Amino acid sequence: MSAAVENLIASQVKSGDALPEFSYDVTATTVILGALATRDTRPMHHDQDFAINRNGTKDIFLNTPNQSTWFERYVSDWTGPRSRLGKMHFRMKDSVYPNDTMVFRGKVKEIEADATGCHWATLEINLSVEEKTVTDCTIRVALPSDENDNPWKRKGDRWQP
Amino acid sequence: MSETLPEILAEVKGWIGEERYQEVGEFPVEQGYIWTACASVEMGNPLFWDEKVASDLTDGPIAPPTMISTWFRPHHWAPGRTKQALPLQIHFDLKEILELPEAIMSDYTVTFGEPVRPGDVLRTAQILRTLSDPKTTKLGTGRFWLIEVVYTNQNDEYVGTESYTGFGYRRTAS
Repeated sequence: MSAAVENLIASQVKSGDALPEFSYDVTATTVILGALATRDTRPMHHDQDFAINRNGTKDIFLNTPNQSTWFERYVSDWTGPRSRLGKMHFRMKDSVYPNDTMVFRGKVKEIEADATGCHWATLEINLSVEEKTVTDCTIRVALPSDENDNPWKRKGDRWQP
Repeated sequence: MSETLPEILAEVKGWIGEERYQEVGEFPVEQGYIWTACASVEMGNPLFWDEKVASDLTDGPIAPPTMISTWFRPHHWAPGRTKQALPLQIHFDLKEILELPEAIMSDYTVTFGEPVRPGDVLRTAQILRTLSDPKTTKLGTGRFWLIEVVYTNQNDEYVGTESYTGFGYRRTAS
């Protein structure tokens, strides 16, 4: 099933570059499948009555681990499979609910090589719904330095996320 | 919010920095879950779908790094279990002992080490790092806490660290 696979390399990226915008219409299935995929059975991610009347939220909402996988998907759509996530931090200011349209926007804050020669892009990603920020995310992702480099092969001291 | 008794607070503060709940995952990492997770976000990254790409890049299949917490979540039910096992048990301990019935997560940080592969069995330890003074937000009054979960694999290789900032609270009476 292998097709030609495209990979971004570090020399193709510079500070200030924008990632392509991505939007997605969220349904109750999105939220519940995300909870199921992460083995999260807490009721606020599948039980609307619990979410509203116990948690005081608007509806069931996307859980934290699945939100991290949405960010991973957004980044790997841009970089291709040879890139490797090192670190991710995000702050959730609000929640993502069914019937929301999530919009992901990102830019390259910095690109640098560490002492081991690993090339890192620091990305600032904003997830919004109706132009209101839901989550701000910072990701440090290792990009191949050239066509022959593969960050996945780094181990031990040569991997410093 | 009712005042937390000083002895309760002292007990909880004693947890800070202590490794608690050293646990072994209840099941080996499996391919089916990997595809379910990819499907949940419609992630077509061939590293997770194409054997040749996985072989070329990572010497075989791996899981998306952000699935890390999936592998330590306990079964919803298991034979002989009389009390529901909960992931991130310290979070629920804090809610109970501080009498804060509701909780949400606000900040999340994860650092990734060795890739996780089908067949791996991960081990975790949970560490309470901080506990705030009482705070009031739009949700209610309670406390923030920072919990770390450190992951290693069956070969004692470092797999990653998750940090969760939780806010346990009582809802503000409307």
